Amino acid sequence: MSQGMTPIVKNTARLVSGFIAVFGIYIALTGHISPGGGFAGGVILAASVVLIVLAFGRETAERIITPSQCHLWDAAGAGLFLAVALVGYFAGGFFVNFITPISKGQVGKLFSGGTILVSNLFILIKVAAGLAGAFLALAAFRRAGLPDGHPKEVC
Amino acid sequence: MGVEYIVLMLLGFMLIAALIAVEADDLLSSVIAIGAAGFALSVVFLLLGAPDLAITQVVVETIALVLLIRLVVTRHDTTSEMPRDALRTGLVLLAGGLLLAGAFFAISGIGGKGAIPPFGEPVLGHKATDAVPPGVSADYLANSAEETGAANAVMAVLLDYRAYDTLGEATIIFVSILGTYAVLRRFGRRKKSQETEP
Repeated sequence: MSQGMTPIVKNTARLVSGFIAVFGIYIALTGHISPGGGFAGGVILAASVVLIVLAFGRETAERIITPSQCHLWDAAGAGLFLAVALVGYFAGGFFVNFITPISKGQVGKLFSGGTILVSNLFILIKVAAGLAGAFLALAAFRRAGLPDGHPKEVC
Repeated sequence: MGVEYIVLMLLGFMLIAALIAVEADDLLSSVIAIGAAGFALSVVFLLLGAPDLAITQVVVETIALVLLIRLVVTRHDTTSEMPRDALRTGLVLLAGGLLLAGAFFAISGIGGKGAIPPFGEPVLGHKATDAVPPGVSADYLANSAEETGAANAVMAVLLDYRAYDTLGEATIIFVSILGTYAVLRRFGRRKKSQETEP
């Protein structure tokens, strides 16, 4: 039996998931000039992975991103966000916005806000990878824990 | 003035949805009622002028709803196994509501006027009087674009003025995801002494 849902759902997911991912990245990158931000963008980006897992099954989704890659990106996003905070010490203190005094940019344009843009990007990576990894783990758990499945497959 | 009534109507809707979620016999009905309450909350955020919160609430609610529906649908029997006692639930809810109402009036009585500000006048945005200095929000609104370069004042507060709090939130998410992985991993770890035993 093939994995996933009907061809209608699969084709719609194939068409839509890319746009959802781009919209998530857009929401995160323009967080400092319009409503949104890294957390909301990350959840939207994870939603595209969730859509693929639901429509195509876990095996197809793991060709795009595996759980261990999710763990890696999750930890990397958290570490980089902390690194932004620590680099602020060179400019005077914890979480000091060290880019704005150098090049302020034009308020309302994409390249403005200094560390706010960078932090949003790292939070996007962190939240998206974390939620996608949690959903993949839940999908694996569901396969192993089916009540009428074969318990011997569960290690 | 009109917004307050719509917010009150939505709050009533959320209350009914939450009661249905607690009392419904079918788990799927409970999950959908929780989703209805969450989406109503996002509309409340939008009406109160917080689009950042509204976006996050809609998105998180959608993901949580999908997850919960998926988990419920994979169960064969979706009826709840908890014994129901409507009278007891009602009494507990009534006692909790009376306690909260009493605490509200007690706190506003102790602190005098201004302990709990009226609707639409947030604590940080109050005007200066002879007793208290002015709130900090006017300062943020006036200077955030100049000082941080971000046009969105909410993001300027979250990731520049109060970025330390945001780091704490990010740590909370990180640790909770780690906990999820630990609970949901497929292969358990064994001690060496247990492996040798049959």
